[in-house]
Amino acid sequence: MKTEITLIVNGEAVRDVIEPRTSLADLLRDRLRLTGTHLGCEMGSCGACLVLLDGTPVHACLVLAVQAAGQRVDTIEGLNESGDIKDLQQNFHARNALQCGFCTNGMIMTAHALLSESTAPTRPEIREALSGNYCRCTGYEAIVDAISATAKQRATNAGAGK
Amino acid sequence: MSKDHIGQSHRRENALRHLAGRGRFTTDLSLPRMLHAAFVRSPMAKGRIVEVDVTDAAAAPGVVRVFTAQTLNHVCEPWVGTLDHFAGMQSGPQNMLADGQVLWAGHPVVMILAHSRAEAEDACELVMLDIEDEDAIVDGDAAQMENAPLASDGIDSNMCFQTVLETPDLDAAFARAAHVVEGDFTFGRHTAVTLEPRAVIADYDPSTGQLTVHHGTQTPYQFQDVYARHFGLNESKVRVIAPDIGGSFGMKLHVYHEEMATVAASLLLGRPVRFVADRLESFVSDIHARDHRVSARMAVDADGTILAMDVDDMTQIGAFSTYPRTSAAEGNQVIRLMGAPYKMPDYRGRLSVVFQNKVQTSQYRAVGHPIACAVTEALVDRAAQLLDMDPFDIRARNLLADDDYPHVSATGYQFEKLSHQASLEKLHDMMGYGALRKEQARLREQGIHRGIGIAPFVEITNPGAAFYGVGGARISAQDGAVVRLTPSGDVHCAISVTEQGQGTETIIAQVVADQLGVTPERVKVTTGDTDTTPSGGATWACRGAGIGGETALRAGRKLQAQILALAGAILQADPAKLTLANGAVVDAATGDERISLAEIGRIATYRPDTLPDGCNSSLTAAEHFAPGGYPFDFTNGIQASYVEVDIETGITRLLKHWVVEDCGRIINPLLVDEQIRGGVVQGLGPAFFEECLYDDAGQMTNASLADYLVPMAGEMPDIEIAHVETPTKDTILGAKGVGEAGTAAAGAAAMNAVNDALRPLGAQISQTPMTPLRILTALGHVSAGPKRGY
Repeated sequence: MKTEITLIVNGEAVRDVIEPRTSLADLLRDRLRLTGTHLGCEMGSCGACLVLLDGTPVHACLVLAVQAAGQRVDTIEGLNESGDIKDLQQNFHARNALQCGFCTNGMIMTAHALLSESTAPTRPEIREALSGNYCRCTGYEAIVDAISATAKQRATNAGAGK
Repeated sequence: MSKDHIGQSHRRENALRHLAGRGRFTTDLSLPRMLHAAFVRSPMAKGRIVEVDVTDAAAAPGVVRVFTAQTLNHVCEPWVGTLDHFAGMQSGPQNMLADGQVLWAGHPVVMILAHSRAEAEDACELVMLDIEDEDAIVDGDAAQMENAPLASDGIDSNMCFQTVLETPDLDAAFARAAHVVEGDFTFGRHTAVTLEPRAVIADYDPSTGQLTVHHGTQTPYQFQDVYARHFGLNESKVRVIAPDIGGSFGMKLHVYHEEMATVAASLLLGRPVRFVADRLESFVSDIHARDHRVSARMAVDADGTILAMDVDDMTQIGAFSTYPRTSAAEGNQVIRLMGAPYKMPDYRGRLSVVFQNKVQTSQYRAVGHPIACAVTEALVDRAAQLLDMDPFDIRARNLLADDDYPHVSATGYQFEKLSHQASLEKLHDMMGYGALRKEQARLREQGIHRGIGIAPFVEITNPGAAFYGVGGARISAQDGAVVRLTPSGDVHCAISVTEQGQGTETIIAQVVADQLGVTPERVKVTTGDTDTTPSGGATWACRGAGIGGETALRAGRKLQAQILALAGAILQADPAKLTLANGAVVDAATGDERISLAEIGRIATYRPDTLPDGCNSSLTAAEHFAPGGYPFDFTNGIQASYVEVDIETGITRLLKHWVVEDCGRIINPLLVDEQIRGGVVQGLGPAFFEECLYDDAGQMTNASLADYLVPMAGEMPDIEIAHVETPTKDTILGAKGVGEAGTAAAGAAAMNAVNDALRPLGAQISQTPMTPLRILTALGHVSAGPKRGY
């Protein structure tokens, strides 16, 4: 028995007919082929599958696709095209804050959410915010540096705009 | 040597794709008519299979085929994980699905192929598995008891491999020693937990006989060889493509039952088959690492001179030795790396590699290094304590002198040139040792228990055939590169070393760019495809920069000579008076541009008719390089850890970590530092958190990412790094490896730091991970439980 759902994914209306047990992550990856959302544990521990559901980061592996019906979902592909995370991307690149790249989607989502709430997070606050994002490659320091640098740049730019 | 780009912190172009959500992982790939595999696994550690009934599963919705050992194993030649140079080594033959016997909890028994993974998993629930429980061998000491049951068929005892290294004067050294310090150490079993699980898509096309395997591995050529030989295919009909890989660290270069079964299923069904391990099955099928019990003693003179070490290592590896690299290499390196940084003249190391009914253990980042380093450095600290010496002073007395090379260690390793003394001094300055000790003393008066630990190390890099080739394994010791100038004057390099995010493609571009006088942005590097890159060993045991880099350098120089010869013909000039710079052929004396590379490419490609008769217009150069000279290029370094132990809760806070490292010529400082940082955290994880816990029946009890603790951002310290540069003279490039350095000594430094914090309280810990409960037990605040695994 399948269910028809509609939702807005990266600004585009999407309609699909799915099994009710389909997770949002599987809908995004397997049906819509938005493979930038990664699956690392499928139990909400690793953070690789984070997406924005009506602007809030959620684990796409723990949300059923039917729960997202009628809502807005933003993935890394959408944020990339919108330009909203351009400075974060630039700082991650400059600081080499990723190696294999599998956790990067989740790191960017967490950083994006953190910086939209906190303009000047301390390093311990950034580390705390990343407590649900597992990275096996980097040792985290470069990620903290990149987020910190982005926060400072945004603060400087905001100051210059006054 | 041109150093325009070698030595610069170039950024990784391939990182941009990941940041845009455009990674290309095996798990992202979907092929037409692709089936999804799921496995029914043994629920118990050991048993006889009485009956497997797959009738209901085969009839389940979406199921296309169900395989058991009887219907699948016949297509694959069994594999045996032994090597000839490990004398007397044994391991039973392995095949894809359990046949007659299950040998660990997680052993695959039935393979189900369905239109979706969910449907395959549903059908797994319908398989009736009747297995008669047998006594499992869970503990390595119990495995060695007389009359202990065997961990598997095909072996005559539970001893996989034993060896002893001994210098003639060992006993005399202990007899004349002023002091002997000793300890018993336990190093827990842990696992790689790559964020992308193991993934493979096998795609056999019966119309052409071509097998293409998309495989998340660091060693595509090794798997091309394995698939060809074990499935009876011509090598030319096997293509292995390793796209983006979500972490490997050694874990993804071993042969696994599930990957082999996926290939077999595709061969039998003639359509693509996908297997992606979910996290739960990763824990019970990915190789585990370490799992050592070590008894060690160290003889020292009255002045703190280290005379000898005597070490006994027992390591527990599961029911089989892994293939094709075996499960004995780890222990072999443990006993050979003991005492490696020191002048220590005498040594005895005994190794016992023991079978048991658990997941296989095998090579994982920094193979053997963390164990050898932790044991050695714990004993050095105990000697220092006994003699009331500062940890820096006792190491200064014993470290190999920077001018005392070449040197052969007591265990037989040949060191070309290391820099222990310079590294020790640099670390002392960098961490502000004196001030740190004062801070520690001041805080102790306030009841705050901080500790400082240091650990010098030696790392094995750039291995030649001595690792595996001499033992009969078909694992390449050489690498290959093809460099070409494109018709518009850009450069392309196809190379056999692979990329897992450490920056292989970037450093290769830098090296090639410097040989051809272009910027790295104009060098496109392709890796990870056996059809499009030359054959080679790829990336393992720290060979990407040292061996891959040298291969690229030599190929680049070969093409440079071809370009200059062609330019000489075009310009009617002596090629010896020309060189390459700024994307052009220039006058070597004046630097003036004579002809651009774009123009060379244009003429050679579109107007070869204008070249003089007999002029060779080839703009492609191939080169293979196998390391010669020393069997390995050893690197060295030293790490320090600063911790605070809460003696009420047993929780350790990691305040700071320092590393001084000497990896020879540094190609890209940014990437080297990030390799070290990542490596340190991979060493700190198992020092404090990571452990595969088993119950007495051989069941892993924390096999999920909610229960198995990995290091997260909040617990990890900032890591300060400095370098000494001692290039190897074995190569033109002079680079050595750096991938294992961080992991090699981080845990050792941390254990010394924790013990430094506990010392005034009379407590000592010799087991990793150093969990809060174990620290409280060491402090006597809780009584030791009856079991090791808590």
